[in-house]
Amino acid sequence: MADLSVTIAGVPFKNPVIPASGTFGNGREYEKFYPLSKLGGISVKGMTLHGQPGNPPPRVAETPAGMLNSVGLQNPGVDHFIEEELPNLMTKDTVVIANVAGHTLEDCAEIARRLDSTPVHMLELNISCPNVKQGGAAFGTSCENAAAVTAAVRKATKKPLMVKLSPNVTSITDIAKAVEAAGADAVSLINTLLGMRIDIRTRRPILKNNVGGLSGPAVFPVALRMVWQVANAVSIPVVGMGGIASWQDAVEMMLAGASAVQVGAAIFSDPYAPVKIIDGLNQYLDEQGIEHISELTGGVRPW
Amino acid sequence: MSYRQGLYPLLKKENLAKNIYSFTILCPQIAEEAVCGQFVHVKAQGFSLRRPISLCGIDKQNGTIRIVFEIRGEGTKVIAGLREGELVDILGPLGNGFTLLSPDKKAIVVGGGIGVPPMLQTAAHYGENATAIIGFRSANAAILERDFKTLGCDTRLCTDDGTMGQKGFVTQALETRLNQPADIIYACGPGPMLKGVVALAKQHGIKCEVSLEERMGCGVGACLVCACKTVKDGQEYMKHVCKDGPVFDSGEVVFE
Repeated sequence: MADLSVTIAGVPFKNPVIPASGTFGNGREYEKFYPLSKLGGISVKGMTLHGQPGNPPPRVAETPAGMLNSVGLQNPGVDHFIEEELPNLMTKDTVVIANVAGHTLEDCAEIARRLDSTPVHMLELNISCPNVKQGGAAFGTSCENAAAVTAAVRKATKKPLMVKLSPNVTSITDIAKAVEAAGADAVSLINTLLGMRIDIRTRRPILKNNVGGLSGPAVFPVALRMVWQVANAVSIPVVGMGGIASWQDAVEMMLAGASAVQVGAAIFSDPYAPVKIIDGLNQYLDEQGIEHISELTGGVRPW
Repeated sequence: MSYRQGLYPLLKKENLAKNIYSFTILCPQIAEEAVCGQFVHVKAQGFSLRRPISLCGIDKQNGTIRIVFEIRGEGTKVIAGLREGELVDILGPLGNGFTLLSPDKKAIVVGGGIGVPPMLQTAAHYGENATAIIGFRSANAAILERDFKTLGCDTRLCTDDGTMGQKGFVTQALETRLNQPADIIYACGPGPMLKGVVALAKQHGIKCEVSLEERMGCGVGACLVCACKTVKDGQEYMKHVCKDGPVFDSGEVVFE
């Protein structure tokens, strides 16, 4: 059996498959299907400093080979996560990644400060949520803002810091380089692409928020291209996500330059998707005679 | 409680009315754990999101569940295209069921349109002690009347256009029924209907539970897309239809 383990920003993962933030809650629901210890890690639901109710429904619309969501970071706040969810998660024998989604630079730094004294393994700074008016993607669409918030969080914590990037930008490689220079230990990409659907009878957008984030297989080729470009532009590890639904997608993503992958929307139609991807990777490596999965990272042979 | 996801054989398929289908599916583990008011999340091949469909029947002895659904779009059309003997990809049983009182209590189930099916298993618990008030747009959309009658329910059918049963809305029939005492009311149907039913229940001081619908994602409470506004002690909360519902106490729901 091949070695599936990877190390990202000094954190060892038993395998490179991580459910993506916002698609897996804090793991409680999916524990009813399989033990969380099977997973490389879990990126938990994004947390703000204080709890917030999120956007009004409808918050979801189906699209060809994908979906739009406009949840708007509904969550009970960082303290609730630390007190009610983290102790339970830390017993699950998997890497716990706290997704930090403050509205202001100070919020993000304060969340990081509160997490710094907990046993959480890693932070994922979300500068890319398209569904909130303040913060979120507003941080992630200019190099200056992205660097400033990364630097502020970097100062607030010694935890390994991954920054989650928005694809809704002119040059994602410039943003990636900016956060690398500001102290990020890794980057993850892509968050959702901003999209829209309209009900042709009522002439109303299907989402009450009018617009929302597109995910699912439809975005996979875009995500793959961006991961490839970013992996060639930075020297820190890249965690790839966006529309991964099968182990084949995961292999492609790693060949493009990802050190690990996150799986999101695929979980909604198949709760077992992350586990099936792990099994598929294992089999593929054996068939290919590859001893260690990290040999895949960046292995694409571009023309 | 555990969740199951798997492929289960479609034993019996019936076309109940235009675009409305009944599936009886063999899935003993789900049937064993399911309670009335819960739902299953059904995959439409080729679509990214599952379709939540309430349980219309649970037969623990034969290990089957029954779902009745309407073709609303391309996804439900694909599901409706499955043939007897083919496999249905189901995740379930999900959500919370109705609160059931002792079967000798007087219950009223109120269903509107495709909100009628989840009422059947609930009515079965009360049998002759249940009044079933079921409403449809028109005679050609009417379903399940015979099923309620077979259970021994006092069945009152209404149509908006008067082509079958009593002309008018279920709320009018409910008002008439409430001239006599009742212990609990259960309802499922369109928003305005639920609002009317809840108002009558409150007016008569009768406990009432409603089953809600919302566009859904994961079905298990993780993705938070199927939000609905609820109120407790004067404060509003976003709850989620899949995990906190689909059944809610009527006093809790904020109708927009």
